[in-house]
Amino acid sequence: MSAFLEALSSHAFLQHALAAGALASIACGIVGSYVVVRRIGYLAGGVAHTVLGGMGIAYFLGKSPIGGALVAALLAAMIIGWVSLRFRRHEDTIIGALWAVGMAIGILFISRTPGYNVDLMSYLFGNILMVPREDLLLMAGLDGVIVALVLMFRKQFLAVCFDEEFARLRGVPVAVFYLGLLLMVALTVVILIQVVGLVLVLALLTLPAAIAGQYARSLAAMMAAAILLGIAFTSLGLALSFAPDLPAGATIVLLAGVAYLLSAAGRGLYLHLGGRRARTPPGKG
Amino acid sequence: MKPIIELTDVSFAYDIGPPALERVSLAVAEGEFLGLVGPNGGGKSTLLKLVLGLLEPGSGELRVAGGTPQAARRMVGYVPQYARFARDFPISVEETVLLGRLGTARLLGGYGPADREVARRAMAETEVLELRRRPLGTLSGGQVQRVLVARALACEPRILILDEPTANIDMRGETEIFDLFKLLNRRMTIVVVSHDVGFISRYVTRVACLNRTLLCHQPLPIGTEVIERLYGMPVQRIPHGDAREMETKP
Repeated sequence: MSAFLEALSSHAFLQHALAAGALASIACGIVGSYVVVRRIGYLAGGVAHTVLGGMGIAYFLGKSPIGGALVAALLAAMIIGWVSLRFRRHEDTIIGALWAVGMAIGILFISRTPGYNVDLMSYLFGNILMVPREDLLLMAGLDGVIVALVLMFRKQFLAVCFDEEFARLRGVPVAVFYLGLLLMVALTVVILIQVVGLVLVLALLTLPAAIAGQYARSLAAMMAAAILLGIAFTSLGLALSFAPDLPAGATIVLLAGVAYLLSAAGRGLYLHLGGRRARTPPGKG
Repeated sequence: MKPIIELTDVSFAYDIGPPALERVSLAVAEGEFLGLVGPNGGGKSTLLKLVLGLLEPGSGELRVAGGTPQAARRMVGYVPQYARFARDFPISVEETVLLGRLGTARLLGGYGPADREVARRAMAETEVLELRRRPLGTLSGGQVQRVLVARALACEPRILILDEPTANIDMRGETEIFDLFKLLNRRMTIVVVSHDVGFISRYVTRVACLNRTLLCHQPLPIGTEVIERLYGMPVQRIPHGDAREMETKP
């Protein structure tokens, strides 16, 4: 750990890595909280994995893979959102198909790209130690878009997540905000690909928010706690992986996963031991 | 007087299954307190969803406040049959009630002072003001129901529509909440779906009995004889219907 701190002061790449972790945590904490309370983790996973198709095509055409990821993520969010609204009954089958097809397209295009073979692993599992300065700026910009959208439309997003039918009765265009939510998921996925790669996106998107949700009394508090947890996981994961030269993304995700299990188990024990407040069972029709 | 809700020969069927409603005609006058009773699957909730504009009638005509249900939504407060949301959703009582201001509050950012004042009054009226900072998930069933009524009142409605508002409440809570509805009826039209004819007949001005089609709508006062007829009717006419719905509570 002390070796990490020493290296941190002298190596810009480590400072970039810490900054990337923090920037990713902001998007994760906010959007992840919506994903957790609205229970759309599977849709978010679909968006994340479909993105490989866009990255592969961009790479094949000699364009920036992260630019391809951005276009593909927004496109995937629109398609998956439309599928979810239009074919609710077959939602999981269709999203599963998109998930796999997107990844297959990506792998095909990457394999057909002339020149040296790209490090496919870094798309799938990220490389937080290789985040260039421009990408940090892009991440900060995407964070800014997400924060601005949430500040402007927090009432509507809350209403759509909490009680969709009531939101519709109050004249809120539910479909628009549902798609907006998925577009924010798409932006977050692009930010996260840099840090943990698209396979592990789902973990960082949902775990900090899920832990925060076990304690938070409001959505805003849940978001704030999730951001802080995300920063803790990415920084600590980075530090732990540094000396033994472990993959940083996987270490971060593992740390978040262990923390979630401990939190859930501790909370279960607490409730079991009678620390629970008197509450009546949820209403049923 | 012009009715505020008017159904003329309204029929509706879901994609699968038999028709939920057949040729229902019903007019609710402004200021009425209408009790809607009938067996499970008799179409009570479907009728409410039509009035709210969440469903479109298959045939027939439906006017709310002289226009389409969608156009009238702003003046309707709705209390759903049961909490549709996850009980562990991180939201306070006050935030829940403020959702009733959506569509009236400004589009961007948070709520204004006027919205908070309307929400405060609604919470005071339903006696949940002291719970306003509590997370919704820590409340009892009766308290949640009062919060949902407060949310509907925060819409400042002309029509209040309630779908089995006391399904999860004990008898005392039921009396208290209907006393509140009686008070609210002085300034708004109320339509309440209930399974308990005997109980609501003490409060409502008229009872409509629905089992796919409108079996009766009886003006008050309801005599013992009429209540007995209401109880008996679904059992006699629909051999496969659910008669338990019509039983009074002990």
